[in-house]
Amino acid sequence: MLILECPYCGVQCEETELHADGEAHLKRFGPGSSDDEFEGYLFRRENPKGVHFERWRHVNGCGKYFHAARCTATLEVFGTYSAQTLEPPKDLQDKISAKRPGWTWRELKGEG
Amino acid sequence: MKRYSAFAIAREAARYHTGWERAWASPKPKKKYDVIIVGAGGHGLATAYYLGKNFGITNVAVLEKGWLGGGNTGRNTTIIRSNYLQDPSAAIYEKARSLYETMSQDLNYNVMFSPRGVIMLAQTEHEVRGYQRTAHANALQGVKTEFISPQKVKELVPIINLDGPRYPVLGGLWQERGGTARHDAVAWGYARACSQMGMDIIQKCEVTGVRNEGGKVVGVETNQGPIDCDKLGMVVAGHAGVLAEKAGFRLPIESLALQALVSEPIKPCMDVVVMANTVHGYMSQSDKGEMVIGGGTDGFNNYTQRGSYHHIEETVRALVETFPMVSRLKMLRQWGGIVDMTGDRSPILSKAPIDGIFVNCGWGTGGFKAIPGSGWAMAELMAKGHSPLAEDFGLNRFTEGRFIDESVAAGVAH
Repeated sequence: MLILECPYCGVQCEETELHADGEAHLKRFGPGSSDDEFEGYLFRRENPKGVHFERWRHVNGCGKYFHAARCTATLEVFGTYSAQTLEPPKDLQDKISAKRPGWTWRELKGEG
Repeated sequence: MKRYSAFAIAREAARYHTGWERAWASPKPKKKYDVIIVGAGGHGLATAYYLGKNFGITNVAVLEKGWLGGGNTGRNTTIIRSNYLQDPSAAIYEKARSLYETMSQDLNYNVMFSPRGVIMLAQTEHEVRGYQRTAHANALQGVKTEFISPQKVKELVPIINLDGPRYPVLGGLWQERGGTARHDAVAWGYARACSQMGMDIIQKCEVTGVRNEGGKVVGVETNQGPIDCDKLGMVVAGHAGVLAEKAGFRLPIESLALQALVSEPIKPCMDVVVMANTVHGYMSQSDKGEMVIGGGTDGFNNYTQRGSYHHIEETVRALVETFPMVSRLKMLRQWGGIVDMTGDRSPILSKAPIDGIFVNCGWGTGGFKAIPGSGWAMAELMAKGHSPLAEDFGLNRFTEGRFIDESVAAGVAH
């Protein structure tokens, strides 16, 4: 059972209290973008076997969205952080680098 | 290779079963093949088999990082049906179902296809209307299904509780020629037939890289050394995204864990397959007597082949109301598989952005039933560059917005 800490309430939530909402830090594309950009935004996902950044919603709690950093190969949780950011906090990135040397993800340039 | 027959059993019985041959060879990889298929699950082996049978292409290697049929082919709940709403889905799944009918004879391998019939329960008014619509669509597609009354459901499934307070049974979509097959045997039968045609099935051979030259694939790197090829088929289900990344492109796929469980073996009590999509549960009884139960997927990306326990609880809670006798059963085993989900819950059978690479993935939670049809279409696509059955399942549908939306039409358990 996955347990994540909601960064807003500070509550340790098990997954039935939460709703998983897919990949975080997507760059949004709207009218005027190319077909390829729009398709990428809507459908193409990182889907890594390893370090992953995700949106979660504390649906049976405060109701707010937050972000989580997890390993999809081991289910280890590196940490959670506010959704009001364009990239994971530096200390979390350093923590992941210490645990998974050489990990890479796509360039983090999304809009939260 | 010797054929399996009643005579062969008698012959071997007379000499203490000393003459059985290995079903497939395990050779060392050659330097080069015309076609490499990555993934020796049902879909990969079926692709190789129909490349040989339908197109005479037998200089083929099937590479498998684990063991043959050890992924989702060995982890599903073995249900076979073709009662889909959309025309392209009905076409490929019905092709698959019809190939299952004659597969044992075709492969000379008993895959134990059991067309016992599949009921999809309608437990809400929305489902009643939805399944009536599907039954009409199936009539136009030439797929034999029928919307049946609760009384007919009860006749077919005496252990069912029709008037549960939360999930009453209001009818069902009945496909008489749906059923089950022995999942391992499907992989083993195709493997044996491929090996017989001279193809190389190489297990414990993990692809670590894909080599391109000038936008065209030339081979793969593996833990058993580099192997060259003219065409590459990626048929790796849950790891499709991981392999695509090695080749340098991305897919509209997310990998999730899907679970199943089986009960202790009991006497025969249910001789059809029952699916209940409202409650994310489906159940059939295996030949060993175990009740085979499948549930819903987890909501988050996962490659661990384990699922969350609360999904089992949800599935079993609903099944206990619909089948009260289940409450007395002990569960024996639970396991997970990694399913590759697309946005519209329909598969991808397509040329990849790199010349010579073809992808077959995205079967999500319902790939087993499609194995022969998928292999048939994928082989045609790889041999000829296009296939009528695969046409609508191309990667370009995501750019063009031509979805084959079965996520709405078929519910989650499909």
